[in-house]
Amino acid sequence: MSIRIDRKSCIGCRACVEACPGNLIKIDSDGRAFIRRPEDCWGCASCMKECRSGAIFYFLGADIGGRGALMRVQRDASTARWTIQKSDGEPLTIVVDRKQSNQY
Amino acid sequence: MNDVVTNCSFYETDLLIVGGGAAGCYAAITAARRDPSLKITILEKANIKRSGCLAAGVNALNAYISDDYSPEEYLEYVRWDAEKIVRDDLVLSMSRRFNQVAEDLEKMGLVILKDEKGRYVSRGKRNIKINGENIKPILSREARRYTNVEVFNHVNVTDLIVVNDRAVGAVGFSVDCIASYIFSPRAILIASGRAEGLYRPNNPGFSRHKLWYCPFNVGSGYAMGIRIGAEMTSLEMRFVAQRCKDTIAPTGTLALGVGAKEINALGETYGKKYGYNTSARAYGATKEASEGRGPCYLRTVGITSDQEKDLWKAYLNMAPAQTLKWIESGESPTSYNVQIEGTEPYVVGGHTGSGYWVDTRRRTTVRGLYAAGDVVGGAPKKFVSGAMAEGAIAAETMIQDIKTRNRPSLSATTDAALDRVKDYERRLTPRKEQVYTIDELEEGMQKIMDEYAGGVGVAYRYNSKQLRLAKKEIRRLQQVLLFQHANDMDELLRVYELKDRLTVCFSLIAHLEARHETRWPGFGVNTDYPEFDANWEFFVNSRVVDGEIEILHRPLNKGETVYEHSY
Repeated sequence: MSIRIDRKSCIGCRACVEACPGNLIKIDSDGRAFIRRPEDCWGCASCMKECRSGAIFYFLGADIGGRGALMRVQRDASTARWTIQKSDGEPLTIVVDRKQSNQY
Repeated sequence: MNDVVTNCSFYETDLLIVGGGAAGCYAAITAARRDPSLKITILEKANIKRSGCLAAGVNALNAYISDDYSPEEYLEYVRWDAEKIVRDDLVLSMSRRFNQVAEDLEKMGLVILKDEKGRYVSRGKRNIKINGENIKPILSREARRYTNVEVFNHVNVTDLIVVNDRAVGAVGFSVDCIASYIFSPRAILIASGRAEGLYRPNNPGFSRHKLWYCPFNVGSGYAMGIRIGAEMTSLEMRFVAQRCKDTIAPTGTLALGVGAKEINALGETYGKKYGYNTSARAYGATKEASEGRGPCYLRTVGITSDQEKDLWKAYLNMAPAQTLKWIESGESPTSYNVQIEGTEPYVVGGHTGSGYWVDTRRRTTVRGLYAAGDVVGGAPKKFVSGAMAEGAIAAETMIQDIKTRNRPSLSATTDAALDRVKDYERRLTPRKEQVYTIDELEEGMQKIMDEYAGGVGVAYRYNSKQLRLAKKEIRRLQQVLLFQHANDMDELLRVYELKDRLTVCFSLIAHLEARHETRWPGFGVNTDYPEFDANWEFFVNSRVVDGEIEILHRPLNKGETVYEHSY
């Protein structure tokens, strides 16, 4: 259970640094975000929600059933678009209306 | 010279709030609204924007009084769930504010589902449906709106300073840069949350932090209080949650949302056999597995594909790992039942009853120190709205109390705090080599607790001989930790977090030893006393006196009686 940060997409804006409840994300000497101790990630997705450049991907550890899929989220004021890219096959997108309550 | 002693800053404030989660932020908001002339300071070791248990979001407010329900009925429910070990005054005072908190959150911007008449739509009698993925940013933004609220992010508090039997200060360090801080307030609120990571986790390897609860809440609030002699209650009433296997995502959404029932591996529903309170549910799954009928599941097969899509969304808003798991594995809940498991034990006053022994107004037994949220004992089932309600109650009490209180002596506070700062400096002084890493010591603690103090690995069972070994081994680690050094501020944080966890472990073991019955079998079975005993219908409390843990028995406080400390 953790995240991967794509260095090429990261713009070094620090939004993820401020969002992490575990203070795990830092900026390296090139101005790019990295996660120290990926095994300490809670998997809360706070950093991904704050990232404007879609540079942060979420994955399940192999110890909890992961099969290599990567998930990311892009948010605007009204929606959160979650995209899951399995290691094979087409990506699946789930759009959550941020103005609508959960049904359950 | 660049060290934590030289870079030590001193601040005066009126109300100091340690921990900027739900309870802490709402305490600050309440105080700021009541008295704009007060200076209110929040100390947070991460960033209040998304710190604490609400980081991932929640998908319901689980504590709400619907139209055909009352706070008194909520108390009855809590009493049933906690097998009678509750403080009526605390549960009633928080539950009378649940709805006010919900309305306030809606005004701040939280989406709450309403019917055509504009009433909140409830999920059962006590829950309302929300879109809570951004509940923490909403709450922290509100706290930030008030100019008299000052926030120190990335500051970890290690100790409370007591002078003449009164809490007069707090001391901590920056987790980012070489700096330390001393605070001299007129009143201090502890709102730093529960204790996670004491026991070996369900997923002990790479996914060790895949908990439903915030793994960064290490029980520092309890530990700081224990060290200064604050009275604690019911630590032995640990919380074991029934969760989705591996992802440790909550199961209430499946049980309440789509009516999924617990079944064993033979497909039999077993709930009736054990009962339906939180402990009984956890016990059921453990017992079924130990008798060869595991694993257990929530029966979701047969739900509609529309329901499944709603579940995907609900989990994305609070526990995205579960949605990812369904989709990645191809084992969707319409076709596959969801496997469940019990978690490692946690110490958490928001679900069960562990924490500070407070009076009705949320004063702890140490003068000048107040508590709210998960650190408060005796009032289970707080959830988000209860934690916030307690923050509001504590804030009001602090405002009232400081009117008649002089500012404490600064020199005495500073002298005591500087001793702690010198300890930070000692630990930061480089050493040639260290035998252990913090990870190794933490693993050692979790193994001791798991094997000797009733962890998931031994099906939550323990006896007095094992507990004695646990004590001895925890003491060993405390000694080893005395000489642990840190290469940077992040490591220093981890040294102090482990110190706090060990302090909580030691008190927890003393509580497990002290209750000679098994009241909550799902949370732990004392194999010396495996039966429920009606004679143990009282609180087991503890406090540290001259370095030793003293156990006290306190009667239940019933009905509308206000509880006051005798000091």
